[in-house]
Amino acid sequence: MRKLLPALLAAGLAFAPLSFAQAQDGQGPTENTASEEAAAGQDASAEAAEEGHAETPHYPLRHPEQLNWSFAGPFGHWDVAQLQRGLKVYKEVCSACHGMRLVAFRNLEALGYSEAQVKAFAAEYTVQDGPNGDGEMFERPGIPSDYFPSPFPNTAAAAAANGGAAPPDLSLIAKARAVERGFPTFVFDLGTQYQEAGPDYIHALLTGYDQEPPQAIAESLQPGTYYNPYFISGPALAMPPPIGDDQVEYPDGSPQTVDQYSRDVAAFMMWAAEPHLAERKATGFVVMIFLVVFAGLLFAVKRRVWAGTAH
Amino acid sequence: MQWLDARLPLPRLVYDSFVAYPVPRNLNYAYTFGGILALFLVLQILTGVVLAMHYAANSAIAFDSVEKIMRDVNWGWMLRYMHANGASFFFVAVYIHIFRGLYYGSYKAPREILWILGVIIFLLMMATAFMGYVLPWGQMSFWGATVITGFFTAFPLIGDPIQQLLLGGFAVDNATLNRFFSLHYLLPFMIAGVVILHVWALHVTGQTNPTGVEVKSSKDTVPFSPHATVKDGFAMVVFLIIFAYMLFYMPNYLGHPDNYVEANPLKTPSHIVPEWYFLPFYAMLRAITFNIGPIDSKLGGVLVMFGSILVLFFLPWLDTSRVRSTAFRPVYKIFFWIMVVDCIFLGWLGSRPAEGIYPTLALIGTIYYFGHFLIVLPVLGLVETPRRLPGSITEAVLARNAGGGTPAGAAAAPETKG
Repeated sequence: MRKLLPALLAAGLAFAPLSFAQAQDGQGPTENTASEEAAAGQDASAEAAEEGHAETPHYPLRHPEQLNWSFAGPFGHWDVAQLQRGLKVYKEVCSACHGMRLVAFRNLEALGYSEAQVKAFAAEYTVQDGPNGDGEMFERPGIPSDYFPSPFPNTAAAAAANGGAAPPDLSLIAKARAVERGFPTFVFDLGTQYQEAGPDYIHALLTGYDQEPPQAIAESLQPGTYYNPYFISGPALAMPPPIGDDQVEYPDGSPQTVDQYSRDVAAFMMWAAEPHLAERKATGFVVMIFLVVFAGLLFAVKRRVWAGTAH
Repeated sequence: MQWLDARLPLPRLVYDSFVAYPVPRNLNYAYTFGGILALFLVLQILTGVVLAMHYAANSAIAFDSVEKIMRDVNWGWMLRYMHANGASFFFVAVYIHIFRGLYYGSYKAPREILWILGVIIFLLMMATAFMGYVLPWGQMSFWGATVITGFFTAFPLIGDPIQQLLLGGFAVDNATLNRFFSLHYLLPFMIAGVVILHVWALHVTGQTNPTGVEVKSSKDTVPFSPHATVKDGFAMVVFLIIFAYMLFYMPNYLGHPDNYVEANPLKTPSHIVPEWYFLPFYAMLRAITFNIGPIDSKLGGVLVMFGSILVLFFLPWLDTSRVRSTAFRPVYKIFFWIMVVDCIFLGWLGSRPAEGIYPTLALIGTIYYFGHFLIVLPVLGLVETPRRLPGSITEAVLARNAGGGTPAGAAAAPETKG
């Protein structure tokens, strides 16, 4: 496979040497738009190898802490106040660099806003529309059926404005990132219904800055990257610490800490990635009850049918 | 009904096949997976047809159209999760079905054709599942397609043209997505066709049963309805409970996070792993890390992987034992369970990166896999002394029930007897 994979890739596609190195070297799911960081990771692993650590370092260096989420478990539901706070954090902080192109303003009614509030919220944005009767594109205030506008016109522009690493779109990020659970944890997850690896990871990443890297790693860090032991595909990432205490004002009196911001925005991103999650679990409960009762009845019938037949 | 039957004997066919059809009285729950598979084929086709109404097979919008299904289509999230998890459960059921066939010698004369048809269905299922996984056009879809179609380039001369024919170009792109969608829609109906042949062949030879002794008199059998219908129905609903648990509570457990990232030909995921049901074969592919004479490691891996399924076609003639049921083969029983463990072990290895000790372990697992079919089965059948077979199914059933008192008392605890 070591030979096969590169051969296939080379045959099929012309792609950047950086991502090639990534394929050879990275651990864990790849950060979609962060070849810079992967390069940093590769350097680190090369150095580690030189120092006699035969093992490739496994990223993330530290596993995310498992938090309690209102939407976890069989009766999971949204904490609407939390989602509203998360939306505020996204709007005031994250959206400067990250888009959320799959979420429409109309979807925000699920966060407990009225139609009028959603209209007002959408109108705060300017979206491009057109062409009009004269064939010109024009700008107008957003309406509920519009989607969140992305901060950059395209990926290349996003990368150019951010030191080469385009900030990923956040619509699906809570489902697109998960730290591998490993054996035997993944077996136990079947029983505990652990499905919150995404939000756990987002929270861990956002709170994982400002730590002192070990000497070996500190030396190998690429300039312009920030050490974060929770980052999934390297020791450091190109995103600077995005948020600080008291940066976003919470009208409901929740603590204005990085930890609380991270929890709220992670929950919000889970909602953005899977808006029907609560509905799904509620439906599941009814379906399970139906199936269990049905199975019980069928079992009783089966016993009756086979009662006279030794088998 | 009689009017129709006189002109087209369809009612008679259904009656003979699914009502009056005699089934051995001692079938256990391992024999219910055929019905479960039929149910899942129907489920996959129904959800698939509806999903196809909303899906767009174009590389520019495929990913977004799937997200539209998840977000905006009424019950779209449920349809898509049913279809995706349904594929996994289809394979859970088919693997149990295959191992049941291995355990009870269902492939032996006179059921060779039945078995071969089953292997063909399995192959078609694998092709269908693989192409279906490409359709959401996520990162794993794209790179999985790149890797798997790349197998064909291992063959000298004909390899590259075959790969280009499959891809519709030199790389996985829009043309690939379109033809995969077309074939993904076609193949399930081919599966359904072969399933009809499979059931036909089954109804010609009759089912095997846990004793492996053929049906000798009508005392050995019970009518399909209501006995088998209600038992299959119960097993189906129990299986559906497990399915619903995954579907509603952890629908992404069996998936890969990278597939929620849109396909990007310029970014390779750090580990390209197939869906779990392909992992044992993926491990065998990667186990060959060395050249064998003129065959380089790449071709060797591909040959081993295809060979691992090809060997199943010859199974009826590889097993020299005349005893069908493993229950009466004490030595083979041990090897059978080693085989089961070996397949799970290979599956785990398939999910590991191909580095360190893993390729070596995969090679050991692969050697046992082939050794089981090519050495253990032919040799063991000649040297093993089987236990004494019961004279008939009825005799076996009554002998077993005699231990539990009167037959009536035994029938009162059917959950232990299956």
